[in-house]
Amino acid sequence: MSKVYIALQDNDVSRYIVEAIEEDNPDVTVIHMPAMIRIENEGFLVVKRETVEEKLGREWDVQELHLNLITLGGNVDEEDDQLSLTWN
Amino acid sequence: MPVHAITPNYSGEVKDRVENFHGNQVVYVGWDKHLMFCAPFAFPLPPDMPFRVLLETVMPDPFCVHPEWEKIDWSQVNWLLDGKPFMPQLDVALQDQGVGHKSVVRFQTPELLGFHNAGV
Amino acid sequence: MATKKLNLKDKYRLLTRDLDWEFSYQDRKEAFPYEEFEGIKITDWSKWEDPFRLTMDSYWKYQAEKEKKLYAILDAFSQNNGQTNISDPRYVNALKIFLTGVSPLEYQAYQGFAQTGREFGGIGARVACQMQSIDELRHVQTQIHAMSHYNKFFDGFQEFSHQHDRIWYLSVPKSFFNDARAAGPFEFMVAIGFSFEYVLTNLLFVPFMSGAAYNGDMATVTFGFSAQSDEARHMTLGLEVIKFLLEQHEDNVPIVQKWIDKWFWRGTRLLTIVAMMMDYMLPNKVMSWKEAWEVYFEEAGGALFKDLARYGIRMPKYAETIEKEKEHISHQAWWTFYTHGHATGFHTWVPSDEELDWLSEKYPDTFDKYYRPRWEMAKEMEAKGERFYTKALPQLCTVCQIPMLFTEMDDPTQTCYRSSDYEENKYHFCSDGCKDIFDDEPEKYVQSWLPVHQIFQGNCGGPDVEDILRDYYRINVGTDNMDMKGSPDELRWKEWKGTA
Repeated sequence: MSKVYIALQDNDVSRYIVEAIEEDNPDVTVIHMPAMIRIENEGFLVVKRETVEEKLGREWDVQELHLNLITLGGNVDEEDDQLSLTWN
Repeated sequence: MPVHAITPNYSGEVKDRVENFHGNQVVYVGWDKHLMFCAPFAFPLPPDMPFRVLLETVMPDPFCVHPEWEKIDWSQVNWLLDGKPFMPQLDVALQDQGVGHKSVVRFQTPELLGFHNAGV
Repeated sequence: MATKKLNLKDKYRLLTRDLDWEFSYQDRKEAFPYEEFEGIKITDWSKWEDPFRLTMDSYWKYQAEKEKKLYAILDAFSQNNGQTNISDPRYVNALKIFLTGVSPLEYQAYQGFAQTGREFGGIGARVACQMQSIDELRHVQTQIHAMSHYNKFFDGFQEFSHQHDRIWYLSVPKSFFNDARAAGPFEFMVAIGFSFEYVLTNLLFVPFMSGAAYNGDMATVTFGFSAQSDEARHMTLGLEVIKFLLEQHEDNVPIVQKWIDKWFWRGTRLLTIVAMMMDYMLPNKVMSWKEAWEVYFEEAGGALFKDLARYGIRMPKYAETIEKEKEHISHQAWWTFYTHGHATGFHTWVPSDEELDWLSEKYPDTFDKYYRPRWEMAKEMEAKGERFYTKALPQLCTVCQIPMLFTEMDDPTQTCYRSSDYEENKYHFCSDGCKDIFDDEPEKYVQSWLPVHQIFQGNCGGPDVEDILRDYYRINVGTDNMDMKGSPDELRWKEWKGTA
């Protein structure tokens, strides 16, 4: 299985998104680099709106992810409640 | 098909045909395994220039800065012209011994291994 | 009753698909005349799926927010004299390459996606291309804006647009994009949308930008990451295009594979300059080029091609050569620029002893054996007051237009020579990859505008190199070029730091 990944700008919003990702994907590897955070996982990774909202303490639209996103790898599926990355 | 174009029989303008070089032709010269010079040199030269002028006047200017240039025994040098073994005739014009437009002349000095013997 | 909010899928359908219309009196083939000549077969555009489902209203909303964040940081950077807080003034030379070599490509991408979007018969792809086109225009604007601040304090930024069309090494990126834009719409998408965006821009915009942050350049990392946040969408578009083409018709598979082979090769050649920027131009090191290559090309690209294997797509041709090259190309490129430092619009230098040791550590199999001796030689010459500048012009590859600086990968002391004869003329290449590209479409590449030959033809002024640099390239000779040591950039820096 190949690794999917997502990299976020290292800022105050991303910190909570990363927490949410870690909660919903317990096996992820989180790598801190200058100004960015890279998160990888075998085959699949999901960012769930509900979890992010809970961490942020406010409403959060999945498309807001674009504001903090740097790059990603994997087949993307974006819906109202989550964004997922997969390799077949 | 020489190109995938929307126009049938499309042909491109040959930017580097010899006629564009004002009477010169381009000749490339490289010293194998001496990468102090990152790439072979390109020279615009008259086709009737004798090989001796290339060797004794044109080449030293860029190559002589190498500490091994002075040590070359020219009688022992292996020459390649466009990838094939070649014995230059010093007093014959370039074009009369097959050194044409955009030919590559390479020379090899197997006993000289470059700066610190590293191919530099 | 409260108005029900549309879900993402419905919104996407209404605001994208429903913008299309049927052609009642015009022939579709005349409306989309470039859809067929490349041999690609599309049977049903409605099968197109945009995974981000981004609609124009959301696009403007989020792009506006990105811009506000970016410009707030650029303002803060300039108001706080951020240029004095970078790690080392040598670093700024990487930005000069960026502005002259990369930013104009963003502009070419803007034009390319505007045109390509127009050529596609499917509305989903058209809208996605339109967004990408606007993104690319944003990128070139924000990059010029961010670097205009450096232009106030450092040399070599002032003529980037003029220089992009003229300077010898800038013909490499320029011709890369010209090649893609001169192709049909599907090849353009595979070239730029897929090969370039999915794998290759990551290497510039992720590890290099992280390096910019690590060297105190807040302005660049911010525009870099802001641009790359759009790239995440572009990468997804690129992947979607490939999957769509492969699913539409089996006859598309070999055509797409050939384009992948071509554009991954061209892309790796183009990235040689990024390799050099990472290994030699970032004084504070984040990761080596080789490490970045392993993460973003081998690992990420490997995963991608494993995913595409179900369509019959294999790894790009010459992947084995590419794998070996990661040990060599950054060193071969920086040596080329160092030895041509009189003819560059930026400064070059011998790496410090600590930097040479870092390179030995990162490249244990190649650096000490093949590349350290070059720097030892350069140091000796410099110590004698004979800083090495090469005296003649180099032979160039007809396809990538890079000087013939690459070696055989199984013998890194031997220049790699390849050539083809086509209609009474010889053509030369740096590699099998570039030769294959020529042999497939010679009528395209006989037109290469090779800077060295153009100089010989008298098309770049002259007669001397210095006249060409000053008048044709608009390099401030003696100011913008030559070694970092003793440059006006270095002197100004020392004055700021009180060490002059």
